[in-house]
Amino acid sequence: MSGSNRLSKGGSRIDRTRPLRFRFDGRSFSGFAGDTLASALLANGVTLMGRSFKYHRPRGCLTAGSEEPNAIVEMRSGARREPNTRATIAELYDGLEATSQNRFPSLKFDIQSLNQLLSPFLTAGFYYKTFMWPASFWEPVYEKIIRRSAGLGRAATEPDPDTYEHANTHCDVLVVGAGPAGLAAALSAGRTGARVLLVEEQAAAGGMLSPDRDMIDGKRSADWVEQSQAELNALDNVTIMMRTTLFGYYDHNVLAALERVNDHVAEPPAHQPRQRLWTIRASEVVLACGSHERALTFDNNDKPGVMLSGAVRAFVERYGVTPGKRVVICTNNDDGYNTAEALINAGIEVALIADARTDLCIAAQSARETGIRVETGLLPQKALGGQNVSGLSLQRADGSFSEKVDCDCIAMSAGFSPDVHLVSQTGVAPVWRENVLGFVPDKPIRRERSAGAGQGTFDLAGCLAEGHAAGLDAVSSAGLKTGRAKAPPKAKAVEIAPPLAIWRCPGNGKAFVDFQNDVTARDIHLANQEGFSSVEHAKRYTTLGMATDQGKTSNVTGIALLATARGEPIPDVGTTRFRPPYSPVAIGAFAGHERGKEFQPVRRTAMHACGEKLGAVFVEAGQWLRPQYYPKSGEGVMEAIYRESKQVRETAGICDVSTLGKIEIFGDDSGEFLNRIYINGWKLLAPGKARYGLMLREDGYVFDDGTTSRLADDHYLMTTTTANAARVLAHMEHASQVLWPDLDVHFCSATEQWCGVAVAGPNARAILAKAFADAIDVSDEALPFMGVRTFEWSGTTARIFRISFSGELAFEVNVPWSAGEGMWNAIWEAGQDHGLIPYGTEALSVLRIEKGHVAGNELDGRTTAADMGLGKMMSTKKPFIGQKLAGREGMVAKDRAKLVGLKLTEDSGRLRGGAHLVIDKDNANAETSLGWVTSVCDSPAIGCWIGLAYLRGGLEEHDGKRLFAVNPIYDEAPAVEVVSPHFFDPQGERLKGPVR
Amino acid sequence: MHRIDCPWCGTRDEAEFQYQGDATVVRPDPDASEEAFFRYVYLRENPKGWHTEWWHHVGGCRQWVKVVRNTLTHEIFATGRAQEDLPLPGTRAKPRRRTRPKQ
Ligand SMILES: [Zn+2]
Repeated sequence: MSGSNRLSKGGSRIDRTRPLRFRFDGRSFSGFAGDTLASALLANGVTLMGRSFKYHRPRGCLTAGSEEPNAIVEMRSGARREPNTRATIAELYDGLEATSQNRFPSLKFDIQSLNQLLSPFLTAGFYYKTFMWPASFWEPVYEKIIRRSAGLGRAATEPDPDTYEHANTHCDVLVVGAGPAGLAAALSAGRTGARVLLVEEQAAAGGMLSPDRDMIDGKRSADWVEQSQAELNALDNVTIMMRTTLFGYYDHNVLAALERVNDHVAEPPAHQPRQRLWTIRASEVVLACGSHERALTFDNNDKPGVMLSGAVRAFVERYGVTPGKRVVICTNNDDGYNTAEALINAGIEVALIADARTDLCIAAQSARETGIRVETGLLPQKALGGQNVSGLSLQRADGSFSEKVDCDCIAMSAGFSPDVHLVSQTGVAPVWRENVLGFVPDKPIRRERSAGAGQGTFDLAGCLAEGHAAGLDAVSSAGLKTGRAKAPPKAKAVEIAPPLAIWRCPGNGKAFVDFQNDVTARDIHLANQEGFSSVEHAKRYTTLGMATDQGKTSNVTGIALLATARGEPIPDVGTTRFRPPYSPVAIGAFAGHERGKEFQPVRRTAMHACGEKLGAVFVEAGQWLRPQYYPKSGEGVMEAIYRESKQVRETAGICDVSTLGKIEIFGDDSGEFLNRIYINGWKLLAPGKARYGLMLREDGYVFDDGTTSRLADDHYLMTTTTANAARVLAHMEHASQVLWPDLDVHFCSATEQWCGVAVAGPNARAILAKAFADAIDVSDEALPFMGVRTFEWSGTTARIFRISFSGELAFEVNVPWSAGEGMWNAIWEAGQDHGLIPYGTEALSVLRIEKGHVAGNELDGRTTAADMGLGKMMSTKKPFIGQKLAGREGMVAKDRAKLVGLKLTEDSGRLRGGAHLVIDKDNANAETSLGWVTSVCDSPAIGCWIGLAYLRGGLEEHDGKRLFAVNPIYDEAPAVEVVSPHFFDPQGERLKGPVR
Repeated sequence: MHRIDCPWCGTRDEAEFQYQGDATVVRPDPDASEEAFFRYVYLRENPKGWHTEWWHHVGGCRQWVKVVRNTLTHEIFATGRAQEDLPLPGTRAKPRRRTRPKQ
């Protein structure tokens, strides 16, 4: 059968000198460069290309373009396997592999087509009705059935080997569509010098133009298209992007397009992406998106061999392929005669043109004059034949039988629906136009205008004139000069007779409206009968227009049938709103380069390499990598953490604390500003001193904490928790810019400018004295507890803070990021004689839990300062953010959960964060829960597992009591004793006094 | 995606901004009642149509930008600095700066 339907000549898009081989369902075929998979299959006599979604009916291609509902196939194999590719836009390349989908075991014989026998039960709302009851069947039974029968094609299971790019562009005028209207618009706009971007979905320009029969400016339209493209290409201010689908029209004229850079080759060449996702910012937009032809709704209208009239013409004229040897054309409009002319020119037999209209139009008269048989007032009744069309029975409008005609192809047309997807995405509700029999764009909301068939102008002369005018209008609306424009391109004016509304040709069989989702005319009727008569409800109930083709060929017919069922005019039914994307976009394109390790940046501190060298295991803290612990060989996680926490209290440890948020604050009113955002007082803090601060949100709950140091009279340095650094800065910017613009205070984030280490433990001072000898005096007299100094060390500025998170004698040292590694190494070397070890975030946490310091786990956004035991910090002498609402009844209630300490009183087992505290472990539920455990550790200093918890009534009610920490996930309920959260050195002697 | 005309940086993508809500509420004096603070923190109009909002230019100049925006059409009528009073469309006063025609 190979090559049986290829015409001996013609085909404006194919190159007969370049034959290509390809495979479909395992069989080998050949085609030509320029073919689509669909045209090449048709050329080889293959008309069966897929099975329908619900009934698994055999289907061929209905269209020749991106609106194709039937011929969707799986392309490529292995990691590049890609489901739901439309054969009508897949360009042929040598070695192309495709398989049909939605069939089992084979395309010709499909078991689930037995669904057709069950079809009385598979009507609209089938899933809703059948799989409702009993509820216990949902997951184990129904879901499996639905999953098995639903879905079209299979996604690849291996990682995609191709890359996808994201790109941005700006233009004065964006023209969407390179048909006659779009080309005219790009020409008129481009000639003014405006920056013009023309995007076209297909590989070739020209849209629905007939290459030889349509004439523009006295030339074959194919030549005019070529010359226009050449002129546009020669203009520096114009960019043409082919194989690019404009799929989203967003706010403020931001649009998105998908460029299929290398979909038309087997594999992208080295260093090239498969696809490119464009974000386009356009001052003005011209939408020249054309229209979609509609199918006539008659029995068996889905049989392979039944095609849209324009598609038949496109296969013949663009690809030199005929879908049949003897064609019947059924039409309700003049365009069917165009197809007849194209077929006759190519030497194909036209058995009959059945025009639904009763008046003989001009086109019909001229067709008759050339000897074609034209009958008026005739509608298709039923497509005949087995898997393929072998004939058509025809009827009059009243349903009476007229005749049977033998044919192997039926070219049908129920008129054209302007493609209003993009304009609908902007929020414009399209309006019904009776003389077009379609919805056209209403008044624009965004800066756009339509031209050509996209707004219901179907004659060539009109399309060219509108495109030309739209291009100029866009330029002047963009505020640019148009100059004196050339005359618009001209075509012969043709009088087009109005189409006749035919929404359902009489019949009782299966007449499909939405081919991809198998929605029939009867389903729509049924939806209305069952109360789903609003257009949005009917859409969801029947799934009309919800498949990958977004109902491009079916929506208008569906709406018209709903209107008929409701007994109302079409405008009263209205349309559904289209949403992006216009056609399917692969997830890979949206992801672009942001996948794998490029998903988000990894932030490493200046001392990262130092930690690495010492064998650190790193943990992600937001985007940061922080040393979590430093295992010695053969040591487990818990052992390493235990050892590190113990060693810090015995000798000394060094910890990378660079990720803490740091905000530099300047200005004469900095102290006043701090006074207003922290709950405690700041006016008396002297230069060279640091203080712990706690801030609330305006609603009275705790927001963040940290130490802030006064470096000079008008210069402070604030630290925040790692997690809240960005939020605290935004909060302060709000306060200074919006609330108190009169305060002289300025700040900026310095987290990445200054890196830092904490050196803690009894030997900390000796180590730093050695590391910074001659640079800074770190004695207790020179640098007392909470003291801060700036000093010069090794050619750089350094800051030293005598503050402690661990409860030990401790210092934090900050240096500029670039000096971080040098500082770490200097301290590390100095510490070798003093038992210095590195410790990670886990040991840091153990040390602070032993001291009862709150951290992220306790700052959960639901706690008050009093809940944390810090209620006394709240100043009564000054106003501060959150003060008023912190005093509300519920915020100061006695029975609030308050911070307590817990000790595990059992010899074995452990504590776990998240456990709930109850009195009776056999009666543990949400109502008997008294609180929850926030942080736990195996404490070397205390000698058992300890934890922090929020407990209703706090220490006041429960001090010394025995409770159970219930964890149903691990089925554990260890006994705990409620104690003060200040487990270790409650008087703070170790950190304040000099260690002797 | 919105395009927002920052008074300091010029027109920038929405992705650079953080939406920060109603810009018409005013923080009460510190000695105002608890009720006044309750209203300030919790009570908001939810207008369909024109609304004056905060858009924080976090990926740019870090200024809190006031924006008069239509919550239905997403049209932006005017943008301004934090302390500016921006009129709504249809009121007599003209915005002092950075009024844009319909987008
Ligand atoms: Zn800015």
